Amino acid sequence: MADILLQLWGGFLVAFEPLNLMLVLIGCTIGLFIGAMPGLGSVNGVAILLPLTFLVPPTGAIIFLAAIYYGAMYGGAISSIMLGIPGASTAVATTFDGRPLAKEGMADKALTAAAVASFVGGTISVVLFTFFAPPLAHVALFFGAPEEFSLMMLAFATFIGLGGDDIPKTIFSICIGLVLSAVGLDIISGEPRLIFGDIPGFLHGINFLVLAIGIYGIGEMLWTVEENYKAGGASMLSKAVVSVQRTLANLKELLGTWKTAVMGSFLGYFVGILPAAGATPGSLMAYGVARQIARDPQKFGKGSVDGVVAPESANNAASTGSMLPMLTLGIPGSPTTAILLGGMVIWGLEPGPRLFTDHSDFVWGLIASLYAANLFAVIINVAFIPAFIWVLKLPFTLLAPIIFVLCLVGGYAPTQDMHDVWLMLLFGVVGYLMRKLDYPLAPAVLAIVLGPLAEPALRQSLLINNGSFDIFFTRPYSAPIMITALVLLALPLLKPLMRLINGKKAKA
Amino acid sequence: MRKAEFVMAVVMGIFSLYLMWKSAELPIGWIPEEGPGGGAWPFWLSAIMAICCVMILVNWYRRKTPPSQSDEVYMDRGTLIAVGLVAGALTVTIALFYVIGVYGAIPLFMIFYVRFLGRHSWATTAAMATITPVVMFFFFDIALKITLPKGLPIVEETIFYPLYKIFL
Repeated sequence: MADILLQLWGGFLVAFEPLNLMLVLIGCTIGLFIGAMPGLGSVNGVAILLPLTFLVPPTGAIIFLAAIYYGAMYGGAISSIMLGIPGASTAVATTFDGRPLAKEGMADKALTAAAVASFVGGTISVVLFTFFAPPLAHVALFFGAPEEFSLMMLAFATFIGLGGDDIPKTIFSICIGLVLSAVGLDIISGEPRLIFGDIPGFLHGINFLVLAIGIYGIGEMLWTVEENYKAGGASMLSKAVVSVQRTLANLKELLGTWKTAVMGSFLGYFVGILPAAGATPGSLMAYGVARQIARDPQKFGKGSVDGVVAPESANNAASTGSMLPMLTLGIPGSPTTAILLGGMVIWGLEPGPRLFTDHSDFVWGLIASLYAANLFAVIINVAFIPAFIWVLKLPFTLLAPIIFVLCLVGGYAPTQDMHDVWLMLLFGVVGYLMRKLDYPLAPAVLAIVLGPLAEPALRQSLLINNGSFDIFFTRPYSAPIMITALVLLALPLLKPLMRLINGKKAKA
Repeated sequence: MRKAEFVMAVVMGIFSLYLMWKSAELPIGWIPEEGPGGGAWPFWLSAIMAICCVMILVNWYRRKTPPSQSDEVYMDRGTLIAVGLVAGALTVTIALFYVIGVYGAIPLFMIFYVRFLGRHSWATTAAMATITPVVMFFFFDIALKITLPKGLPIVEETIFYPLYKIFL
């Protein structure tokens, strides 16, 4: 306990170095704006700006990206409320009640509720993070190649089992991501593989950033171009009056929602820890639970403040939660942490249990900076509410070209190879076409990050056990994880069966 | 929408088979003392992809998923033009990177987007087309030392060498 507090203190000393503090501030602000832009969320912000962090030391870089992540979580609510377009998938649940509130001219109330709930969610989860990260890291020490692979399976299984999406399409998306990650040189034999058309550009593999910016940058913007065209080029804006008096009254009203906020925070945190679950299901679940326990459930969907507080506290808590498996096990809990993980690998920091001992200043600096990021984000958010309203009034046709240019340059910068820019455009267009047909694309991005970790884990496991798969079921940590993964995989198959049985019972 | 769902599944199915064939260039079986061959991992994953495509087609046939039920047009003329123009402009912009470089292509892209797609005034267009590349130049080439493509050597020599002399 005292040990943890001591290390946390050390972390604060790192986080409050002038450079890092400045990075937190800038990161939060950029994150807020990116999160607030329709179609862009924390994934986009982190993916586009990752190449720019090679300028600062790794600790500063992760602090900067984590601040963007946090800021975007706060900001995602802004366009959900103001435009009715979720700023990111994590803010989908926020539109349910935030949008009705805004239409009634209470956008400022919804925005304040979202900001404060995010703060509560973020803070509770960082405290949980501080005390539960080291024990989990200790457990992680027992993890070898078979356990790693079982965990990867669990990550993919949660996507398939918990996601309500079309299952064959989800599996397809995961597999295509994994196959794309296999392009380049075979890690074990060193032979070139999947070099399409013998183009030398494929020899260095497909950088996950190329896929991430392609899908989340270009693809998502093309999607927004279509939405914008269908809306006749006019985004719907909301009325909002902002004054100190109103803000104070709003804050007072928010005190009544503390139960919802605490519930959302805990729920979000634990859903966030699950590999691959992340903030989107977390916020949707919190919204569902809040409606279940509310005294006036019929108000939900028509402008309930609790309906804004629950998903917003949960998505912030989940975003912190998803960093825990990223740091301790090297398993990202969300597409954004998948990109952060990719960044850490580039900076030469291998995530996993040893990270806490080998790079403790990095880990604790990050944790401490999360406290700071939370505080800054809520202050900036509340202070900038009027400014956000102004930026969102900027026509889409001015914002869009800037974002496209950022994508093109962001795709070029990491490898400085034009091959990657073309590939990114291709992924963007194909991703857009697939998204129109309900192909979930987040699993592909996750898979391309996990692929280079999963493949050697599988091959090593099979090698030490002479090619038999039973190694995954005979080791104490691996067995329960693998079994959970298989159960989750089987769930979608069981559901129609259950429905059939229940249906028969109902008839009888 | 229904037709698009079918076409996409078929195209992706063929792509999966191509990936399986391509993966088989490396050994896909078990190599004694070495474990699974280099092609095994992508080969079996591509096989799963192909199976998924078959399942998508089955769902399509039984009209089980939203896109396979919808008779909505996948892309009406207007959408095709709106999205096509943007995607086309991006393609041309990237192609121009080779000729006139990033700093020549980006202002053209800005002019096209802001003026012709967005129908903003020439003043707004001019501001966007000049401020974006200037900010980018100082950010990438000067601050981050990431040299963005300058196009043909003649463009770089005449325009950028003097700039490098001043700022670098």
